[in-house]
Amino acid sequence: MRFLLVEDNTELAEAVVQRLGLDGHSVDHAATLAAAEDCLAVAEYDLILLDVMLPDGDGRDFLARSRDKITTPVIVLTARSQISDRVGALDQGADDYITKPFDFSELEARCRAVLRRRGGSARNEVTLGAAVFDPMAGTLRVGDAVLDLRNRELRLLEVFARNPGQILSKSQLLDRLFSADAEVTENAIEVYVGRLRRKLDGAGVRIETVRGLGYRMSV
Amino acid sequence: MRVNLRKPWSIGRKLTLALAAIAALLALVSWGMITSFAREAAGRTQDNILAASATSIAETLRSEAGAVRLELPYAAFSMLGAISEDRVFYRVTAGAEVLTGYADLEGPGARPGEAQFATLPYRDTVVRAVSVMRVIGSGGEAVAITVTVAQTRAGVEGIAAGLSRQAGLVSLVVFAMAVGLSAFAVRASLRPLTVMAQSVAARGPSDLRPLRRPAPAELAPLVAALNRLMERLGGSIRRSEDFITEAAHRVRTPLAIVRVQAEIALHSVEEEAQKQTLRRVIRAVDESSRSAGQLLDHAMVSFRADDLERERVDLPGLVSGVAEALRPTAEMKDIDIALDLSPAAVLGDAILLQNALRNVLDNAIKYSPAETVVRVSVMTDGGEVRIAVSDEGPGFGEGPAAHLTERFTRGEKVQGIVGSGLGLTIAEEAVAAHGGRLDLRAAEGGGACVSLILPGV
Repeated sequence: MRFLLVEDNTELAEAVVQRLGLDGHSVDHAATLAAAEDCLAVAEYDLILLDVMLPDGDGRDFLARSRDKITTPVIVLTARSQISDRVGALDQGADDYITKPFDFSELEARCRAVLRRRGGSARNEVTLGAAVFDPMAGTLRVGDAVLDLRNRELRLLEVFARNPGQILSKSQLLDRLFSADAEVTENAIEVYVGRLRRKLDGAGVRIETVRGLGYRMSV
Repeated sequence: MRVNLRKPWSIGRKLTLALAAIAALLALVSWGMITSFAREAAGRTQDNILAASATSIAETLRSEAGAVRLELPYAAFSMLGAISEDRVFYRVTAGAEVLTGYADLEGPGARPGEAQFATLPYRDTVVRAVSVMRVIGSGGEAVAITVTVAQTRAGVEGIAAGLSRQAGLVSLVVFAMAVGLSAFAVRASLRPLTVMAQSVAARGPSDLRPLRRPAPAELAPLVAALNRLMERLGGSIRRSEDFITEAAHRVRTPLAIVRVQAEIALHSVEEEAQKQTLRRVIRAVDESSRSAGQLLDHAMVSFRADDLERERVDLPGLVSGVAEALRPTAEMKDIDIALDLSPAAVLGDAILLQNALRNVLDNAIKYSPAETVVRVSVMTDGGEVRIAVSDEGPGFGEGPAAHLTERFTRGEKVQGIVGSGLGLTIAEEAVAAHGGRLDLRAAEGGGACVSLILPGV
């Protein structure tokens, strides 16, 4: 996916760009509202991540001003946690909000929810052998059958789909699938891998166990 | 400076009393004037009749054979009887000689051609007397004859007293009407004040817009002062809100940087011990940001609960809004949020109620195992509305559940879950501000069920 990140704190912005890059997303960074407008004039984005407090204005005012021009979904990044503030952001045309500091799995979940609400776009579909995987809709088409993937299955498949042929350790997968605050064991990964294997049955896609190292998906 | 702490009199009371005093004074003066006019008019009538009587007696005087003779005409006395039953005295003198009548009746000094009046004591009473002088020729010399007629004053006094009584009565009625009308006029003139007070009192706690209603010239300075005060108040509230925003921003942005960096590191390190350390860092960041958020929420709840907004809040709408906002969080653990909403409404502050429900629902998601269902229902039960949130988590454990709403208290079964212990406190305070309560119990199947119970509309 292609993001536009509007955030004036350079350190945070760089870290977010790097982190989203790890998940295979490309991110353009604008430090001001003016820069954001320039970016929007020349490029198409799937999603805008908009900070509330920017040097050249309030992100929410920007939203209210340009909501009819920009059709790209917007998730507001807010440093406040008062519900009134969040509601204010939604009233002014944001699709959702997330409070700093945020969990990237939560950000991803929210992006997915927003894009699903907005109807998504076909260009996010990934072909895996005989299966077509739509990470936004959370569906997997194998032949004529459309299977619904649960959130963790979906995220697991996303990780595999981005790294075909690569060995991924249980520990790596664990951090992609669970929040840092969840107490889970690596056995949980086996459960999800097992389910995913069943759903991919007949698609010509295999998730092999590489003894002692982890898993590898091959098409 | 000495400050007078006595409660000042109401302006209305003051004005009404002043106007009543003025009305009383005017009534008294008018009564006095009418009384004196009446007395004067009655007196003048008596004088006229007395003069006519004396003149008609004087007219009968004639000189006959060198002596003055007179015939007392009956009409002279009967006309005096016309005004009252008062006693009549008379005397006719020629020079110093009394011709007829009461010798001891001394009239006012008479002058020719002009009737002289006087009020005199006579015998045991007071009389009104008139003297008329006529000069006639008698036996070749001119003799000055004085006719004096007097009458007691009981009749005249009676008439004057009667008129005065009536005037008093009229004055009293006028006074009463004046007092009534002043009270009405005072209330009508003070009405703009009352209206202004009501329109200020009817405002919501955060409504600091200036008063725009046109005010009478006398109230304009007050309205202007009030508007300036509200502007200053609004400014200071905005400044403290800005301060909170700024403070939150300052704290949360570095926390966000730490968290992102830790996540990036978590994905790049291989060694399990290092990973474990990074997970701990992330957990600590989450914990502190959550606490900061809940402290702010808690401050906001206390602030808003002090002066509670009372709007009609549609609960199914509010509940589905909060559920939608938390659905992505729930999805991360493949938790379904199932809603069962029957129509219900309460009077209150939607933002507070959202905050309360959000904390309860957030808790339920946090403590639920993956791939379970959190159920949220809205039900009416008698006069009460119940928003129940039940999960399939570990429940509240063995200890008493009620103490979990105390500040910074956390349940027994929370190891490894990030929390500040303020969530239920916030929910409880928000619900209590609406005259409701929080109910904690075991859900069917062993999870926790937290209900927000509110008085319905």
